[in-house]
Amino acid sequence: MSSMYVDIVSATESLYSGEAKCVFAPASTGELGIYPKHMALLSVLKPGEVRIETESGIQSIYVSGGVVEVQPDTVTIFSDTAIRANDLDESKALEAKQRAEEAMTNAEGGQDISATQAALAESMAQLQMIAKMRSKKI
Amino acid sequence: MAGGKEIRTQIASIKNTQKITSAMEMVAASKMKKAQNRMTASRPYSEKIIKVIGHLAYVHSEFEHPYMKKADTVKRIGIIIISSDRGLCGGLNTNLFRSLLKTMADYQAQGVEIDICTIGKKATSFFKNTGLTIKSVLTDLGDAPHFDDLLGTVKVMLDAYDAGEIQQLSVAYNRFENTMTQAPTITQLVPMVAGEVEGMNHHWDYLYEPDAQEALSALLIRYIEALVYQGLVENIACEQSSRMIAMNSATDNAGDMVKDLELVYNKARQAAITQEISEIVSGAAAV
Repeated sequence: MSSMYVDIVSATESLYSGEAKCVFAPASTGELGIYPKHMALLSVLKPGEVRIETESGIQSIYVSGGVVEVQPDTVTIFSDTAIRANDLDESKALEAKQRAEEAMTNAEGGQDISATQAALAESMAQLQMIAKMRSKKI
Repeated sequence: MAGGKEIRTQIASIKNTQKITSAMEMVAASKMKKAQNRMTASRPYSEKIIKVIGHLAYVHSEFEHPYMKKADTVKRIGIIIISSDRGLCGGLNTNLFRSLLKTMADYQAQGVEIDICTIGKKATSFFKNTGLTIKSVLTDLGDAPHFDDLLGTVKVMLDAYDAGEIQQLSVAYNRFENTMTQAPTITQLVPMVAGEVEGMNHHWDYLYEPDAQEALSALLIRYIEALVYQGLVENIACEQSSRMIAMNSATDNAGDMVKDLELVYNKARQAAITQEISEIVSGAAAV
């Protein structure tokens, strides 16, 4: 019985890594069953369950979408950690742009939050120092 | 006894500073451990995706994705700059910015314009006075950044690439080599630069589902995000280790200063005593 090497990774951790007899993955066009010596394949995954059949039994892992790459002797599944939706990404992109615009307009005004904060921290430290010196004198 | 009291207060204040820096050192050391763990945890993802991208370079596909095509002329480039939100971490940010400014000057000498995207407060406040266009900003990420925090910021730059506004996109961050060394690094994201893979040189292509464009886009976007995320996580580990070292040397320096000041204080005290004795003795002799 031939086997293949399966890796399931997400951006924050490795979910599975080991030999397997076959893998079932929720591709966007329907469930894919991948056996060893499968043709090279690249597919988008939709949220669902990935089942891995090994010598010792079946393991199942939930993925919230991602991409699968298949080579004859290896299968790599990239699982998403973030929930993706076009309009959600769009609004986040807009926010990032807005922050950039704010930063740019602030530059013209010469006002800078971090610089102001630094100045504030400095004068706070000075005040504390003065208070300390006073209490020591008494 | 001239300056005795002043020296004593100065010693006390330096000792207070020393307490703060040594506490910061310990906090940074424990945060660094966690940051390093996060860095190692996210490594498999980026390593695997780099490997798959390496395979892609050998594919003989009819469809060529824009992210893999090199532009004929580069007029404008984008750089994503990753920095820390907070200071007191030695020369970490300054080193990165200095090497970036050098690279930028090289580009500008060739007539290439630069758009930037800043992650972290330090980069934002540094680069907004350089006259470059900041396309997007991301700050206040904290010690454990989420993958989805990045998506919007990266999308702005990729949209600019898609629209043909920029012809190249890079990411700049501090690479974590070990606790003592951090290396400022600039990596090109798009167009792709793929590594060599052994035994891939035969004629083959993937089976794409649902189609080549969608499958490749999904993979390439994840690749870019993975690289930026890896850069971000490494930069945080760098920040903590750099802060740990900076605070360690600050604590040492404070100790040296206290030692010097104590010497000065004791000298002044002894001089005062000697003077007093000689005054008494000469007074007694005069009687």
